[in-house]
Amino acid sequence: MGALLFFAQTVRIAIPYLFAAAGGALAERAGVVSLTLEGFMLGGAFGAVLGSYYTHSAWIGLVVGVAWGLGLAAVHAVSAIRFKADQIVVGVAINLFTVGITRFFLQLAFGSSSNSPRVAGFGGDGVAGAAGFLTNPLIWMGVLVMPVVWWIVQKTTFGLRVRAVGEHPMAAASVGVPVNRVRYVAVLASGALAALGGVYLALDQHQFTDSMTAGRGFIALAAVIFGRWDPLRAGLACLLFAAAETLQIQLQAAQLIPSQFVAMIPYVLTIIAVAGVVGRSRAPAALGRTED
Amino acid sequence: MSAPLSAPNDTKALAVRMTGIDKRFGPVRANRGASLEVRQGEIHALVGENGAGKSTLMKMLAGMFAPDGGTIEVGGRDVTGWSTAQAIGTGVGMVHQHFMLVPTLTVAENVVLGREPVSVATFDAARAIREVESLCEQSGLQVPADRLVADLSVGEAQRVEILKTLYRGARILLLDEPTAVLSPPEVTELWNVLRRVRDGGATIILITHKLDEVMNVTENITVMRQGETVARMATRDTSPEGIAKAMVGRDVDLGVKVAHGGARAMGAPALHVKNLVVRGARVERAVNDVSFAIQPGEILGIAGVEGNGQTELLEALAGLRPAVSGAMSLGGRDITALSVRDRGDAGLSHIPEDRHRRGLILDYTIADNLILGQQHRFTSGAAMDGAAVMAHAQSKIAEYDIRPTDPLLAARTLSGGNQQKIVIAREMSRPFVALLAAQPTRGVDVGAIEFIHGELRKAREAGKAILLVSAELREVLSLSDRIAVMYGGKIVTVLNRADASEEILGPFMTGARREVTA
Repeated sequence: MGALLFFAQTVRIAIPYLFAAAGGALAERAGVVSLTLEGFMLGGAFGAVLGSYYTHSAWIGLVVGVAWGLGLAAVHAVSAIRFKADQIVVGVAINLFTVGITRFFLQLAFGSSSNSPRVAGFGGDGVAGAAGFLTNPLIWMGVLVMPVVWWIVQKTTFGLRVRAVGEHPMAAASVGVPVNRVRYVAVLASGALAALGGVYLALDQHQFTDSMTAGRGFIALAAVIFGRWDPLRAGLACLLFAAAETLQIQLQAAQLIPSQFVAMIPYVLTIIAVAGVVGRSRAPAALGRTED
Repeated sequence: MSAPLSAPNDTKALAVRMTGIDKRFGPVRANRGASLEVRQGEIHALVGENGAGKSTLMKMLAGMFAPDGGTIEVGGRDVTGWSTAQAIGTGVGMVHQHFMLVPTLTVAENVVLGREPVSVATFDAARAIREVESLCEQSGLQVPADRLVADLSVGEAQRVEILKTLYRGARILLLDEPTAVLSPPEVTELWNVLRRVRDGGATIILITHKLDEVMNVTENITVMRQGETVARMATRDTSPEGIAKAMVGRDVDLGVKVAHGGARAMGAPALHVKNLVVRGARVERAVNDVSFAIQPGEILGIAGVEGNGQTELLEALAGLRPAVSGAMSLGGRDITALSVRDRGDAGLSHIPEDRHRRGLILDYTIADNLILGQQHRFTSGAAMDGAAVMAHAQSKIAEYDIRPTDPLLAARTLSGGNQQKIVIAREMSRPFVALLAAQPTRGVDVGAIEFIHGELRKAREAGKAILLVSAELREVLSLSDRIAVMYGGKIVTVLNRADASEEILGPFMTGARREVTA
């Protein structure tokens, strides 16, 4: 029973990471830096609560959350691709902007600076339990998202073009691959996917709380890097990070190690990975470069 | 030069006709009313100095950008301002000077990219490999279809580039300096392939700097100078001297004279390298137990296909890369442990192989670039001595004929030849015992090549020791007193100039022959 509980808890924690990392893997393979995952998630979470609040439908909440992710991703894509802005700067700006705009609408719509009222969500009313776990469609989507993105990247024509565009955009352009169009699609898809991670968070808890993503987008990005930009490995990294977090929660009562140290695990592992200890980690060659 | 600008006898239909082409990039007029006529089924050379506008003209033909004025016709149809996709669709394919290949994809994936075979919405990798293999078979271009491009040799990578254009059904092939990176046997192989493709009815336009290639493989020549078409000639009616004269607008010494100092005093070598081992970025022993000595007043040329340890050898000598083991000495003094700057002060000058990465800071002025690495000799107190820097710049600009002559212009704004003159001026006007000259004339025009070769010969007469590393075998042959060939990180042979020729060196360069002498 203990093992089953540990597994279930790990999957629950991993779902937002899996969605966001899937989006990150796609956009980064196309050569666009995904520092924005955090903002896409937060936007998705807020959009979901807004939609669910006004329609009493979790499914419409999901659609509105994804729309928020797409909107933010469109801003990122246009700045990075059309106007060739520095992707890191734009990414930081979008993350800060999202914190501000969700806080603003939180106040405007719900008259609160900390959280929304309870809304219709997925699963067992925020209570951990087997029924809530199995009836939440986002859990199933989250489990499947990485294999699907892997299949897209490795096995489809679009994926081949994504890889070409992220490695050598001029080569891709010289054979008539529409480089910018491929990047737009990849960034918009990453916005929608990361937003689903935020939608899951909000609808699992049946409410939005200020800055509720709390750095999960950055952990997802760390998983992408730790997984060497391969969707399947990134998915495993998400599970690893989530397992560490579960361990921390379950050990909290015992007070064995301070929780702050467990919270560092994803970042420490990423530094180790990037430093080349766990095989060679090589970013897509054209990552962050749109000038050519 | 026979009747410039008279059209060649029009016995066959024109495959390409470009007239009155204008193209500007900001303040630079790359093409000024340029024209080009190429007949169906010929190999046509497009020659001219660097910056003459050849690549620009070809890129417009390939649809990479539109001309500001003029018309482009392909097969009699006006296609001015078409897109890359339209050009490819009509059978115009370009092989770029810098390979347009994705290193992390396989050969087959690179070839089919943009026109991928599909089965049920999925990329059909197996069919891609089959199609590329059968194309290899038909064209005689042998490359393993399932190999990653990153693992290919340069020659193989170029075959992939040509396969790409053939896969797209190219009937007009544009090749931009295709032989710059190839070894002599690979060059021969390339000509065989191109002749075969031509005999199959295709038209080939070749941009090249190598006049012997023009003479050997082409039927007609178009010469460009400063964005304009200045001459058109039939290859059989002209000579390398005639082409060079049209390119530069004056007579040029093509530098094939072999005037070498005879017996040299076998005293202490000026530069001595013993059992040097250097680690590379990807190879453990990129330089593998290399020893040589260069006497004062001697040029030792290193021939070899790029990537056989020359870069690592040069970087180790210059102090940019640590030696794993072995020793280097300059004028009898051990420099193995010295920093780059101390080596410079000890009398080592270095013309780096890549002037953009190592030779210049492109956004610095000409004046500042002329003192890079020697800035500590132009100070007054803690500050730079601006007047001394300017005076130095003005005298070097005059002495080395750097154009334009304004010392405050950014190096970026100069042509390749003039940029290289900055590097040459800086490295050769300081006191030095030995000079590392790496690809000293890469990407510079014939006029500048003549000048740079003259400077190297002068330095030899003045008793300097020169290590010349060049991918241009002709350059190595025309300047060196002795020639060493590097293959796989080792010096596989050392020959006196009189005993060397392209035919003799070729097998050593490809690793087909090796012998350990010296």
